[in-house]
Amino acid sequence: MKRIVILGAGTGGTMMANHLVKKINKKEWSITVIDQETKHYYQAGYIFIPFGMESKRTLTKQIKQFLPKGIGHMNIRVDLIKPEENKLVLSDGKELDYDILITATGCRIVPSEVEGMDGEGWMRDIFDFYTVEGATALAEKLKTWEGGNLVVHTAEMPIKCPVAPLEFTFLSDWFLTKNGKRSATKLIYVTPLSGAFTKEKTSEILGHLLENKNIEIVPDFAVEKIDPANRIMRSFDGIEIKYDLLVTIPTNMGDELYEKSGMGDELNFIPTDKHTLQSKKHENIFVIGDASDVPTSKAGSVAHAQGEVVTKNILRYIAGKDLLPDFDGHANCFIESGYGKGFLIDFNYDIPPAEGTFPVPGLGPFSLLKETRMNHLGKLSAKWIYWNIFLKGIKIPFITSKLTMKGKKF
Amino acid sequence: MGQKEIAGKTVSVNEEGYLTIHEEWNKEIAAAIAVEEGIGELKEGHWKVIEFLQKEFKENGTVPSLRRVTKAGGVPTKDLYAFFPGGPLKKSSKIAGLLKPASCV
Ligand SMILES: Cc1cc2nc3c(=O)[nH]c(=O)nc-3n(C[C@H](O)[C@H](O)[C@H](O)COP(=O)(O)OP(=O)(O)OC[C@H]3O[C@@H](n4cnc5c(N)ncnc54)[C@H](O)[C@@H]3O)c2cc1C
Repeated sequence: MKRIVILGAGTGGTMMANHLVKKINKKEWSITVIDQETKHYYQAGYIFIPFGMESKRTLTKQIKQFLPKGIGHMNIRVDLIKPEENKLVLSDGKELDYDILITATGCRIVPSEVEGMDGEGWMRDIFDFYTVEGATALAEKLKTWEGGNLVVHTAEMPIKCPVAPLEFTFLSDWFLTKNGKRSATKLIYVTPLSGAFTKEKTSEILGHLLENKNIEIVPDFAVEKIDPANRIMRSFDGIEIKYDLLVTIPTNMGDELYEKSGMGDELNFIPTDKHTLQSKKHENIFVIGDASDVPTSKAGSVAHAQGEVVTKNILRYIAGKDLLPDFDGHANCFIESGYGKGFLIDFNYDIPPAEGTFPVPGLGPFSLLKETRMNHLGKLSAKWIYWNIFLKGIKIPFITSKLTMKGKKF
Repeated sequence: MGQKEIAGKTVSVNEEGYLTIHEEWNKEIAAAIAVEEGIGELKEGHWKVIEFLQKEFKENGTVPSLRRVTKAGGVPTKDLYAFFPGGPLKKSSKIAGLLKPASCV
C-alpha cells in the first residue's frame, strides 16, 4: 500500500482530502491528513471580529467534521521533512513515510521580524487581526477608543489576502463614523507598496476611495522599527509616524519547518512551479495554498482554483504522465468597503482586474471593480459557501478554475 | 517602449526608463542612471548590490526580493536604504539594467 500524506487540514488540505478520496484507487493508495490543530477557522471572517460582527465562536468548527470517511487523520505537529528519504518527523519523535506529500501548511504572522513590534506595546496599542486572538483583543480595544491616530500598517509583502488591510481601513471608517468617533480619529494607511494595492487600475480606484473617505495614505513605507514607549513607527529612510493605535499586518511567513528541512525560501515559502504546483526541488511533493511561493494572491479562492489542478496532476504523476501546466494564478476577492457595500476583483498571473460582471457574463449578479451592495452580500455569503461547498471540493456553477475573459471590459 | 540615449549609447527602455534589453547594459550606463536617479557616484557598496541582482537574475530569471538581497546577498536593509534612498529595489534594479520587480500580489 502506498501513502499520500496531506500536511495541513486548513482550506487547501481539507479540499485536497475531499478531492482525492473520490479519485484515488483505494486498493493501492491510502490518504493520511495531519494537522497540529483540532479546530478549523474561517479566517476570512477575522476582518469582522474587531467590529463585533463575528467572534471566535461563530468562525470555528472542528477539523474532523470536514474530512471524508476512509482516510487517516492525525492531530500532531510535523517538525521536520526529510525529502530525500520521503519521511516526516512528528513532534513526538516518531517518523512517517510517504510516497506523495501535499503540503498545505499555509502561512502565519511573525511580529518578531520587526524590531519593537512584539515588545511592551503588543496587544496594548499594537494589534493584529490576522489571528483570532489578535482580532478579538482588538475588538475590546476599539470598544473604548476615543480618538487619535489610528494607523493601519503592512510590514512587508507578500501577505495573505492582500486586500484585508484596505478592508480593515474602510470598515474602521464606517465603524468609527457610526460610533461618533470618526471626527476625533485620524485614519492613516501605511503600506510598503507604491499605492493602495498591488494591481495598478485597482490601486487607482481604491486610492480614490481612501481619499474620498478622508484616509491619509503613506506609500513606499518600509518599516525599520517601532518605539512602543513613544508610540512611533520609523521607516528605513527615516520617516516617523506617530500612532495611538497601530493595527499591523506583521511579516507573513511559511512554517519554520521548511527552514529546518532546507525546503523554504527567505520567508519559508516553498519554491513551487507556478503552473503545475509541483515543488521545484522534489517531484513527489505538491504545494497548495499559502505555503507556496507562486506569485498570485494568498487566498482561499486561489487554493480552491489550485485544488483541481493539484488533483489532476497527482493522478497524472501516479500514472507516469506529464503534468499539466493548468494553474493560471486565478484569484477572486471580495473587498468590503464599509456601509454595506463592496468590490469584487478577478485576475490571474497575466491579466489584471477588469470591469465587468461575475460569475455569469453580462448578468452578474456581482460587478467587477465597482462598489455595490450585491458585492457585499457576496462577501457575507462566502462563509456559508466556504463551509458547505469549498471545503468539500464541490464545483461551484459558473466558477471556473481558470480566469475567464467573458463578460469583462478591457 | 522607446529608445533613449544614455551615456552615449542608444538603448531600449520602457515608459519608466528601465532597460528592456539587458544585453545593452554597461557600467557607463549604470553610472549615468545612478546620477539621474539622484544616487550620485557608484561606490563599492552599490556595486555589490548591483552585481548580486544581476547574478540572481541570470540564475532565476527574476529580480530578487529585498529580503533576499539582505539574507542571501548579505547587505543589511539599513545599508540598502543608505545606498539607494527612496526605494532600494526599484532604483538598484534600474541601475543594474533589469526590469523593475513585478509588484508582489
Ligand atoms: C484576515 C484574513 C482575511 C482573509 N480574507 C480572505 C478572503 O476574503 N477571501 C479569501 O479567499 N481568502 C481570505 N483569506 C485567506 C485564506 O484564509 C487563506 O488563503 C487560506 O486559508 C489558505 O489556506 P491554506 O490551506 O494554505 O492554509 P490554512 O487554511 O491556514 O491551513 C494551514 C493548516 O496547516 C496546519 N499546519 C501548519 N504547519 C503545520 C505543521 N508543521 N504541522 C502540522 N500542521 C501544520 C495549521 O494548523 C493549519 O490548520 C484571509 C485570511 C486572513 C488572515
